[in-house]
Amino acid sequence: MNRRQLLAGTALALGLSTGLGTVALADDPLRVGFVYIGPVGDQGWTFIHDQARQTAEAHFEGRIETSFVESVPYGADAERVMTQMALSGIDMIFATTFGYGPDVNAVAARFPDVAFEHATGFMQEEPNVSLYNARFYEGRAVIGHIAGRMTETNTVGYIASFPIPEVVMGINSAFLHARAANPDVQFRVVWVYSWFDPAQEAAAAEALIEQGADVIMQHTDSTGAIRIAQERGVLAFGQAADMSAAAPDVHLTAIINQWAPYYIERIQARLDGEWEARDTWYGIGEGMVGMAPLHARIPDDVRAEAEGMIAEIAAGDYHPFTGPINRQDGTPWLAEGEVAPDGDLLGMGFYVEGMTGEIPD
Amino acid sequence: MIASMDLSSINPVVLAAALMVAATPILLAAIGELVVEKAGVLNLGVEGMMITGAVTGFAFAVATGNPYLGMLAAVAGGAGLALIFALLTQYLMANQVATGLALTLFGLGFSALLGQGYSGVSPPRTPRMDFGPLADIPVLGPILFRHDPLVYVSLIIVAAVWWFLRYSRAGRILRAVGENHDAAHALGYRVRLVRVAAIAFGGACAGLGGAYLSLIRVPQWTEGMTAGAGWIALALVVFAAWRPWRALLGAYLFGGIVTLQLTLQAAGWRIPVEYLAMAPYLVTIVVLVIMSSGRARRTLSAPGSLGRPFHAAG
Repeated sequence: MNRRQLLAGTALALGLSTGLGTVALADDPLRVGFVYIGPVGDQGWTFIHDQARQTAEAHFEGRIETSFVESVPYGADAERVMTQMALSGIDMIFATTFGYGPDVNAVAARFPDVAFEHATGFMQEEPNVSLYNARFYEGRAVIGHIAGRMTETNTVGYIASFPIPEVVMGINSAFLHARAANPDVQFRVVWVYSWFDPAQEAAAAEALIEQGADVIMQHTDSTGAIRIAQERGVLAFGQAADMSAAAPDVHLTAIINQWAPYYIERIQARLDGEWEARDTWYGIGEGMVGMAPLHARIPDDVRAEAEGMIAEIAAGDYHPFTGPINRQDGTPWLAEGEVAPDGDLLGMGFYVEGMTGEIPD
Repeated sequence: MIASMDLSSINPVVLAAALMVAATPILLAAIGELVVEKAGVLNLGVEGMMITGAVTGFAFAVATGNPYLGMLAAVAGGAGLALIFALLTQYLMANQVATGLALTLFGLGFSALLGQGYSGVSPPRTPRMDFGPLADIPVLGPILFRHDPLVYVSLIIVAAVWWFLRYSRAGRILRAVGENHDAAHALGYRVRLVRVAAIAFGGACAGLGGAYLSLIRVPQWTEGMTAGAGWIALALVVFAAWRPWRALLGAYLFGGIVTLQLTLQAAGWRIPVEYLAMAPYLVTIVVLVIMSSGRARRTLSAPGSLGRPFHAAG
């Protein structure tokens, strides 16, 4: 499905609804729309959402019909696309980026019969808006540990997108576990102010390598940075999807977003007429966060530690934000043994102790 | 955090070399568009032509194992897309602004289609130029003599365009067509032909700029990988007041800002990165607004017939 098919579908649906009224036939497939921030070929965030869409469509064998619109900026464009989808008779909309929050809620208010699922957001002002997110910080704890153990320059480069809680949380989780594994490790963070800009991400990776980083992490959506890591022979981690094809020699592992089970569960609920708004935050344990195969160059002891950490997190025995943890300014955040409340994480606007640099305003 | 602010860790030589690389794709696209606009045509499809060049260049380089053949394919791809624009605007009299925007949308979608199957593929490596002992000159060597060939090609194109527009007879005809197409037509110059040639040249340069991204800068193919570079190139032409050397200056200034802000961040400096990251796009928006205002265009000494349709009369 692409934009053109969506438009054709829209025209068809408008024609039908004027002709037949709005009575849905029992064997009509449920129509599910997806709105993406980047292109489906980004090999990262949007790619993996679209893989999940395809998995869901295959799973329901004709009982649902999906469509998507890619590269939709948030704001007026997203609102227009979602309005168009709702007007064309789509029953359920997955809006897959943080920035769509206000747009989702605005459109949801006007279309109370459409079920909205908003990824990684926090705004839930309408009864038909569900939120879902993954505990990516669990995966970042694992890659932080591996980075701390494997860096030789004690400098880890981190390519960050925007200074929002999700990204800050990821930096803190990776840093805490890198530090725990290696007390001398330093993080250098570069903010690129984009989710998807391969050339800029590549330039950021080069700047970090120039400053001595021998491990690169990213919270952006393309393979631009990891490709430079491959060229320059420094270690790196994939983001959102297994990016090893772009960097076969240096891709240690990747945090993989596994949305398909959630999509199938929620679409099933809608098919059964039992859908209601929820606020979901699943991690490694529930299978929403996965790790790509660990690269052969990871030493056996580090591999065992990483696998142990993954198992403990999955079992719920270990929370990556367990005190004592202080804020960057030295004030206490979590006491000994205390686990971070979800609210603190979702609103996280500070670095933890030991991080250098400042979060931009 | 003061402790980590160590200026000595920033190597100005590396920075200067990196800014040339960061600037080259937009410089190539901008110098092509400059010629198009000098001929009186506004082609807003630069982004679409760049991304088409990026994918055709990548695909041919992978298929043949030769990056230079890929670059030639990118030139052909960009020019090919530009010729569609030429057909629509010069012969079918379609609106230039709308056609240019459509060209960008078409290029983005078409390149995604062509690029299927190329994700995760490595292109053949483009070797750097070998200048022998020149590359070993302190400071100047690393800055000037260790680049890939396209960096030098882009500089040669800028010089050639400058010479062409200023000193060659054909260049004067092209400028005449851009300043006043009715007068040029009355003098017997073939307005359409000149414009079609200029549009094709613009497309070729944009395509080459795109191939620079996919074959050298990033090097890989990713959908939508130009990510707005074409729009920055468009703004650069206006920023340069349609002068080739100023376009070079503007591109290097842009490349310098990008490289410097990333390097300062990587070195642990606290800089207003949010504004610096935004700056090229803000300037682009302002420039595009200015472009759409007639009076502002005149004060910027834009070509007189820029964007106006030409109907051969009498």
